[in-house]
Amino acid sequence: MTEIWWAVLLGIVGTYAAKLAGHSVPERLLDRPLVHEISDALPVALLSALVAVQTFAVGQELVLDARVAGVAAAAVALTLRAPFLVVVLVAAGTAAALRATGLVA
Amino acid sequence: MSDARSSEPRAIVSTALGVGLATAAYGVPFGAAAVTGGLSVAQTQALSLLMFTGASQFALVGVLAAGGGVASAVATSTLLGMRNAFYGLAMAPVLRVRGVRRLVAAQLTIDESTAMAIAHPVAVDDGRAARLAFWSTGISVFVLWNLATLAGALGAGALGDPRDFGLDAAIPAGFLALVWPRLVDRRSWSIALAAGAVALALTPFLRPGVPVLLTSIVAVVAGVQAVRDRTVR
Repeated sequence: MTEIWWAVLLGIVGTYAAKLAGHSVPERLLDRPLVHEISDALPVALLSALVAVQTFAVGQELVLDARVAGVAAAAVALTLRAPFLVVVLVAAGTAAALRATGLVA
Repeated sequence: MSDARSSEPRAIVSTALGVGLATAAYGVPFGAAAVTGGLSVAQTQALSLLMFTGASQFALVGVLAAGGGVASAVATSTLLGMRNAFYGLAMAPVLRVRGVRRLVAAQLTIDESTAMAIAHPVAVDDGRAARLAFWSTGISVFVLWNLATLAGALGAGALGDPRDFGLDAAIPAGFLALVWPRLVDRRSWSIALAAGAVALALTPFLRPGVPVLLTSIVAVVAGVQAVRDRTVR
């Protein structure tokens, strides 16, 4: 089996276990202030880290390319309350247009 | 658009369909990102059917596409899915299901179904509207999300070089759109900026995927700080 299948299957097991835990484990195990606070902070930290890395990294190298302009345009779209699909298209369109000029990698 | 708080069954179901369509709108870019990131259509759909929690699916694909290992891809998506445990905690007393129906309810316990159910106070009608909202939203999102990611996965194969279409910029933009509604105060912005800075600072030194995973430490520190702030006050 390929590495990707392992990631897919183990990821499914992990996320389903989290879903089922909420429905199954005794409330007092999960219902603590510290657990709540960390679980609120986790998505913010991980998603922000993913934004940063996917904008600036190629492998282990940090680079500036058309992605930066695309993500900046997406941020503008978000402040204008654009829906998800529009945000993603604005980012892709901005990066693609800049590359088409040949000035930016 | 109908009022999300109306407890009339027809209004609840039509809101559920609207939420399903909105989710489908980011299922398409997910499917495309998965296939251009190296997953097969079958692997993409296995995630949509069996993982069925958007942010975790995006993260798994993002880490793998960036050259990260299986362990960091799995750990990142599982940590992102931890919030569903708290949704389940809130939903269990409302749904009151056992056996196979509880296994199905767990699978449908995501941001959207929980948010729609919570909009209907249990005290009003013993949870009838909340249950209808949970099940109708969960089923609507499940069906439309799966169709949308399949369309995106099949469509991506027809494209040429994804960079020419700016798809490599669309992926971080997707993560930005997922985190955006959570950036509601100074604390959340501090967590976001700290995590971004930590991930970039570690990138040159660690295998792709590991820096992102290590920012969960930022979340732990922020959680401890939040609890301490509250007990001081």
